[in-house]
Amino acid sequence: MDRVQFLVALSVALFVVGLVGVIIRRNALVMLMCMELMLNGVILSLVTFAQQTGTVSGAVLVFLIFVVAAAEIAIAIPIVLLLSRQRKTLDVEAYSELKG
Amino acid sequence: MNLLTVIVLLPLAGFVLNGLLGQRLGKPFVSIVGCGLPILAFLAAVRSFLLLQGGDGTALVETAYTWAIVGDFSFDISLYFDRLSAVMTLIVTGVGSLIHVYSTGYMKDDASYARYFAYLNVFLFFMLMLVLGRSLLVCFVGWEGVGLASYLLIGFWFEDPEKAAAGKKAFITNRVGDAGFLLGMFLVYHTLGTLEMDRINAAYSGDVLPAVSASLVGILLFIGAMGKSAQIPLHVWLPDAMAGPTPVSALIHAATMVTAGVYLVARLNGVYLHAPEASQLITVIGASTAFFAATVAIVQTDIKKVLAYSTLSQLGFMFVALGVGAYGVAVFHLYTHAFFKACLFLGAGSVIHALSGEQDIRRMGGLAKKIPVTFVTFAVATAAIAGIPPLAGFFSKDEILWFAFSSETGGSTLLWLVMSGTALMTAFYMFRLLWLTFLTPSRMSHETEHHVHESPFSMTGVLIVLAILSAIGGFVSIPHFLEPLLPMPTAREALEHYETSLIVLSVVLAVVGLAGAVFVYRAGLARADALAARFPRLHRLLSGKYFVDELYDAVLRRPLHWISDRIFLGIGDRFLIDGSLNGMAALAQRAAGRLSRVETGSLQLYVLFAVLGVVACLAWMWRNG
Repeated sequence: MDRVQFLVALSVALFVVGLVGVIIRRNALVMLMCMELMLNGVILSLVTFAQQTGTVSGAVLVFLIFVVAAAEIAIAIPIVLLLSRQRKTLDVEAYSELKG
Repeated sequence: MNLLTVIVLLPLAGFVLNGLLGQRLGKPFVSIVGCGLPILAFLAAVRSFLLLQGGDGTALVETAYTWAIVGDFSFDISLYFDRLSAVMTLIVTGVGSLIHVYSTGYMKDDASYARYFAYLNVFLFFMLMLVLGRSLLVCFVGWEGVGLASYLLIGFWFEDPEKAAAGKKAFITNRVGDAGFLLGMFLVYHTLGTLEMDRINAAYSGDVLPAVSASLVGILLFIGAMGKSAQIPLHVWLPDAMAGPTPVSALIHAATMVTAGVYLVARLNGVYLHAPEASQLITVIGASTAFFAATVAIVQTDIKKVLAYSTLSQLGFMFVALGVGAYGVAVFHLYTHAFFKACLFLGAGSVIHALSGEQDIRRMGGLAKKIPVTFVTFAVATAAIAGIPPLAGFFSKDEILWFAFSSETGGSTLLWLVMSGTALMTAFYMFRLLWLTFLTPSRMSHETEHHVHESPFSMTGVLIVLAILSAIGGFVSIPHFLEPLLPMPTAREALEHYETSLIVLSVVLAVVGLAGAVFVYRAGLARADALAARFPRLHRLLSGKYFVDELYDAVLRRPLHWISDRIFLGIGDRFLIDGSLNGMAALAQRAAGRLSRVETGSLQLYVLFAVLGVVACLAWMWRNG
């Protein structure tokens, strides 16, 4: 198994772990962390391919994703904080008023 | 400046000024604009007439505007002023101006004074378009326009549903006739490639006859004339049109608009000369309208309804003249009729004004001494319509009777008998009206009698002018004046020596009618009631106006109503349109109800759906591409 294959497999593994975590875990904070894992999987694959083709666009994209992810977390964490203050729990099942 | 265009545009200016500013600037402004501009139009018409007479006999033509150019054809709004349209223009603007002046007195206290004069002015504008238009198309614009003005003025007091309904009835009945007019126009344009009336006449008078028969064109256009001139079977709207203000009845429904059909046929005499079948149809329709309307007029009790049926009857006379080829005589009768019928209607208006709105002649009587000017003018006009010499009606009616008897194209003894009978009835019902209104002992309530007053000078002055015109108008020989345009039919030689005896006979008929009316009605209603009791079924038939309205109601209105209600409303509107819309809405609602169960509120489930969706998309892309 060469290096590229290994790195791609690692990024897929990171993504799947994150995805499964988002689907099965109920703790909002853990779900956020799992989403970060998925992002990291994607970033890893981008870096891998950028290095393989010898271009920089992949690397540039990674920086953009960093910025977006930081902004996203900066908004998501306060929301979770406010929610947990209201219900004294982080279980997302407690916040299901918007169902049809 | 183009004189003919000015004639047409002056009343339009009046309409715009009165319509936009009238209500704000008050009644004096409206009166000055509303009467002044028609009078100016009349003066312009007189000036054009003098120009025409000073010229070499060719018509004055003015192209005001080019409407549209389609391929090789251009549709011009051009005005055509020959002797026939000169006579019509002078009648329309002259009698029109008089009636405008009269209206300033009659409508003095109406809240919608400005609206009334705006409508009256716009009527005059369209009527002048009608008579001055060179092309059938321009004529048709005027034709529809006067219909509109008539609708607006019949329903002038639209707060009363009955009056509004009368306006609608007039409009809808006229649509039937207009369909014929339109079809005739299409046919003429299709075969001749022109709509200009002098060219149509020329085409039919040439050596090579056009491909389409004159009779077909003639009959289609005559259907239009039937609608506008209220001939059987489209006559039902005219008696109801009396719902409008009385000066309107005088101007539109007696003197000018209803004679548009007569004008149209006379104008297209080139076509009708070569259309014996159409001419026969015109004769038959005209004679039956004249006769039946006269029988109905005998028993009517509303002063305006009597005059309305009398108008129908006189229009029938004009159409008989057209049918037997005496076009000039028809226009002659149109001209005299405009004077005496306008005088009668305005006199009736003066009576109604004096009696504070009473229209039933059974509750009148004895007015001769109280409103003498109205009485004298009304009596002169009555004698004129009855055909007492030497008043105007005598000359024109006598000529119609003569040609109905002797014309080589369609005259016959039977026709003469019918028309003479009608003339006799005319004299009878008109003198009946005169006696019941003015001469019998009063049958008014004390309350009304106390308030009787002569009308102001703006009204009586007009009555006097019109009475003088109805007295002396017959001495202008219109048929002779129009002969270069409207050829007279040849009389059968074998009959020529009857002419004098027929004149005597028609005078005798008028006098017999007068005597009969005096005999029956001198003392009031007693003898008439006894007669009615003797023939109850006949009386019911006549006072029910032959139940034509009821017949139309059963044969036309109710089936149409049923179809509209059940099929168009029930199936078309409610079931198809509403049903499909409501169905779609219900479908969306129900589908949304089902789908809303997916929204559980569980974040994990949503993510799962999103992932499954992405997976499905990827799988589809992998397989297909």
